[in-house]
Amino acid sequence: MSDRDIKKATTHVNQNEGLIMEKSSPGKKAYKLPPLDVPDVNVSKILGKLERKDEEAAELPEVSEIEIIRHFTRISTWNYGVDTGLYPLGSCTMKYNARINEVVARMDGLAGAHPYQPEKLSQGAMKILQLLSECLIEITGMDAITLQPAAGAHGELTGILLVRAYLESQGNPRKKILIPDSAHGTNPATAAIAGYAVENLKSNEKGMVDLVALEKQVTEDVAALMLTNPSTIGVYESDIHRIAEILHRKGALLYMDGANMNALCGKTQPGKNGVDVMHLNLHKTFSTPHGGGGPGSGPVACKKILEPFLPTPVVVEKSDGTLGFEYNRPHSIGRVRAFYGNFGMHVRALAYILANGPDGLRQTTEDAVLNANYIRKKLEGIYELPYKTQTLHEVVFNDRIQQLKGVKTGDVAKRLIDYGFHSYTVSFPLIVHGAMMIEPTESESKEELDLFIDAMKSIAKECEEEPETVLNAPHTTRISRLDEVRAARQPILRWKKQAKSAAE
Amino acid sequence: MLREIGVRSIDDLFAPIPPDSRVSGDLNIPRQMAESEIFDYFRQRSAENALGYTSFLGAGAYYHYRPVVIDSLISRGEFFTAYTPYQPEIAQGTLQAIFEFQTMICELTGMEVANASMYDGSTAATEAVLMADRITGRTGAVIARSVHPEYREVLTTYAKNQGMSLAEVGYQENGRVDLAALDEAVTDKTSCVLIQSPNFFGTLEDAAAIADIAHKKGALLVVAIAEAVSLGIVRPPVEADIVAMEAQSFGVPVGFGGPYAGVIATKEKFVRQMPGRLVGETVDKQGRRGFVLTLSTREQHIRREKATSNICTNQALIALMATVFMTVYGREGIRELAQQNLAKTAYAAEEFGRKGKVLFSGAPRFNEFVVQTKDDSRAINDRLLDRKIVGGFPLKRFYPELGNASLWCFTELSPRAAIDAAAKEVV
Repeated sequence: MSDRDIKKATTHVNQNEGLIMEKSSPGKKAYKLPPLDVPDVNVSKILGKLERKDEEAAELPEVSEIEIIRHFTRISTWNYGVDTGLYPLGSCTMKYNARINEVVARMDGLAGAHPYQPEKLSQGAMKILQLLSECLIEITGMDAITLQPAAGAHGELTGILLVRAYLESQGNPRKKILIPDSAHGTNPATAAIAGYAVENLKSNEKGMVDLVALEKQVTEDVAALMLTNPSTIGVYESDIHRIAEILHRKGALLYMDGANMNALCGKTQPGKNGVDVMHLNLHKTFSTPHGGGGPGSGPVACKKILEPFLPTPVVVEKSDGTLGFEYNRPHSIGRVRAFYGNFGMHVRALAYILANGPDGLRQTTEDAVLNANYIRKKLEGIYELPYKTQTLHEVVFNDRIQQLKGVKTGDVAKRLIDYGFHSYTVSFPLIVHGAMMIEPTESESKEELDLFIDAMKSIAKECEEEPETVLNAPHTTRISRLDEVRAARQPILRWKKQAKSAAE
Repeated sequence: MLREIGVRSIDDLFAPIPPDSRVSGDLNIPRQMAESEIFDYFRQRSAENALGYTSFLGAGAYYHYRPVVIDSLISRGEFFTAYTPYQPEIAQGTLQAIFEFQTMICELTGMEVANASMYDGSTAATEAVLMADRITGRTGAVIARSVHPEYREVLTTYAKNQGMSLAEVGYQENGRVDLAALDEAVTDKTSCVLIQSPNFFGTLEDAAAIADIAHKKGALLVVAIAEAVSLGIVRPPVEADIVAMEAQSFGVPVGFGGPYAGVIATKEKFVRQMPGRLVGETVDKQGRRGFVLTLSTREQHIRREKATSNICTNQALIALMATVFMTVYGREGIRELAQQNLAKTAYAAEEFGRKGKVLFSGAPRFNEFVVQTKDDSRAINDRLLDRKIVGGFPLKRFYPELGNASLWCFTELSPRAAIDAAAKEVV
C-alpha cells in the first residue's frame, strides 16, 4: 500500500524541542512583579529555620516569555485532539468542545468567584448550579442530584456510598456489588473502595445481562448491580425494567454507569426504567473538554429514597427567595471533595445544554447513533463483529481476521495514526478478545466518517498484503513505537540535571 | 446514511429501547439558544456574583495573578481537546508536559516522584492517607485539627468504609500541632500522621519534629500543602513520606471551587503504592527519547478491584496550567512572589493587630492569619462589603472554640489601601 491511499494526512516538518528544564539559563525571566506597596521583610527573621535558602531553591526553569510560548506551542503540535479530527476512542465520547463554553467559563464573575464568598454575592453561580441540576434531573428522569464529584469514577464512588448509606439505614449495608464482565475497570475499583466485595456477572451470547444468571446471583448479600447502559459494546439492555425488578425484589438497588449517556439523551430517561442511582460524565456527554486527561465532572443523580444521603452541601432556596448552601444534613454520606465540585465544568455543561435545548439534545443522540451504525455497516465483514446485537452509539469489532496474518488490534490502531486519525479504544471491553471499540460521536460529518472507513478498509488490505507495514506502524510520527517495558522496569519519572551532563 | 445502513428511519436505530420507555415529546429543559443568548445568560449570572471587590479570602483557594500566557497556551486545541495519552506517538505534547510537571513538583516539594494529578487537594490528602495504609499495613491515622476542615471531611467519608480509625489532634497556643498530644496519639498501630503546612490558620508547622514523632512508631508523615506558592520561600517538608498538594495557587482560577489539581509526591520506594497516572521516560525503536504512561499495573483499568485507586480521569489540563505558571516564574520568580506574600501578610498582621487580636503569633506564618474580634465576623464583613471588600472567612462553623474569629489571606494582589481600610473595621 502506498501513501497515496492516505487521504487525510501528509507528513510535514515539525519542530524538535527538548524539555523546558534543558532550555533554562540563569538570569532569564518571563515575569515582572509590581513594586511592593508595603515594607519588605527580613525573611530569615520571620521564617527562621523554615526559610528555604537560595541553595535549596526549587530548580524551576529560567526562560523568556517567547521561549515559553514556543516550547508549549511546539510540543502541542505533537498531539492529536478532537480539533485535529475524528477521535473515535470508544466509551470516551470525544465530541466537539464548543468555544462559547470556554468563553463563558472564563467570565470574571464566574472564574473569579471564591468558593467562600458571601452567598449574597454568589447568587449567579448558585443559579447555574441550580439550573444545571434541574436539567440533568430531567434528562436522567431522576429526583435529586449532587454536582460535587470531580470525575466519573468519583461519581461512581459517591453513588455506591449512597447505596451503602441507604442500605445501612435499612439495617444492613450488605456485602457484594455485582458487576458485568464487560464493565469499565473503575466499577470494580470503586466497589472495593466503598468496602464491597466484587462479584462478576457473566454476559450472555448477545453481550447483555443474563437474566437467569442474574436471578441466581442476586441474594440478600447483594447491595447493587453496577450496570453500564448501553453496555461497553454499545448494546442497550432492553430488559432493564426486569433487571431492576429482580434486584428490587431482593432489596438490592440498580446503579447505572452513565458513561454512555450520549446514546440516550432525550430518548429515554434511566430513572423511569428502574435505575435508582447513576452518574454522568460531563466531559463525555456534555462536551466539557477532556484536557489531555481531565478535568472531568461526575454528577450523581438519584431517586427520592437516596436523596437524604447526598453529599453536603446542597443548593436550596431560602425563605427570602435567594439561594443558599444547606450544610445541615444529618444522613449525608459527607463530602467527597472540597467546595462544590468542578464548577468550571458545570458552567460549560450548562452552556452545552442551552445551545442544544430539548430538540438539539435529541438530535445529538440520533446523530451519534447514526454515525456509529454507519461505521458498523461499512466495516462489518472487513473486521469481525463478535456480537451481532443491534448497537447504539458505538461499535466493537475484533481483530480475528487480521490475526490470521499476525496483526493485532493494537497494530491496526497504530497504523490509523499514519492515516491521520487517532485510534479507537484498544483491547477493551475485556469480553471481546482483540477488541476495537469505535465511538465516532455526533460531531463527525459523513466526509470525515468516509475517510475513516476508507482508512480502516485500506489497513485491512495492508494486513492481507503487507502485514509488516501495519506491524511496524506508525511510520510518519516524530517517534516510533516506544519501549514501554523499559519505562516500567527502569522508571525515569523526572528529569535530573546530572542526567544531561552524563549524556554530553 | 440511513439507506446505506439499511433502515427506514432514525427510529429503527433506537428499536432496542422499548417504545414505552422512550421519551415521547420534548424534555422539559430551556429551549435551544443562540450563541449570543448563551453569552448573555452567563454574563448576567456573572454580574450577580461579586464583581469589582477586593477579596481577603483564602482558606484553600487563593487569588494570585495569572500570567496571560497560561490561557493562551492551554487554549490550544491540541492540548485541551485531547484525552489521556493512550497513544504516545500522537500524544508526546501532553506526555512531555506532564513529565515536566512531575519534575517541577519534585523540585518544589523535595520529594523524588510526583504523579500526574489527583482531583484536588482534599482528595489528594485522602488518597495519600489510604496509600500510607497500604504501605504500612496499618489502618489508623492521626489527623491534625489544623488540616483544612473540608479535607478532613472528605477523608472521613472515604475512611468510613475502609475500616480505618481517625484520631484528631488539636493545636497549641501558637497554632501549631500539639506535639505532646500527638506523641500520645501515635501508637504502633498508626499508619500515618496527616498535617497541613501552612496549616489552615496559615501557620507553618515544624514538619521535622512531627516526622520524628511519627517515624519513632513506624508511622508515616503525610503533609498536605494547600497554598503551593509558600514553597517558593518555605523549606519543603523533606522529612515527610508523602506530600499531598493542591496546585490551584499556580495559575488556576479560584473558579468557585474548581476545577483544581491535586498532586501526590513521595519517595521512590513508595511509587508502586501511589495512585494516579505517571509518565516515564523511555526510547523508541531508533533510540530517540520519548514519554509514555507507565507503571499502570497500579491502576484500575488493569488491576480492577485490586487497584491502588479508582481514579481514571484526572486534572491534566489544570496541571498544564500549573506547569506554565511554574515556568513563567522560574527559580527566582517563585521566591520573589512568595516573599511579596510574606511581606503583605506581615504588614497586615501589624495593622490588624492594632484593633483586633491576631492569633497564633508565636509561630511563623505564610500568607494567612486568624483574627479574633469583639464583633461578629459576619457583621464585620457586611460593613466591609459597602467598601467593596470581601473580608476574611468566618471560622465559627469549623472552629467554634475560637469565638468570633476569621481567617484572612494576603497575596501579591492585596493592595495596601484595602488592607488599611479593612484593618480599621476589624474590631
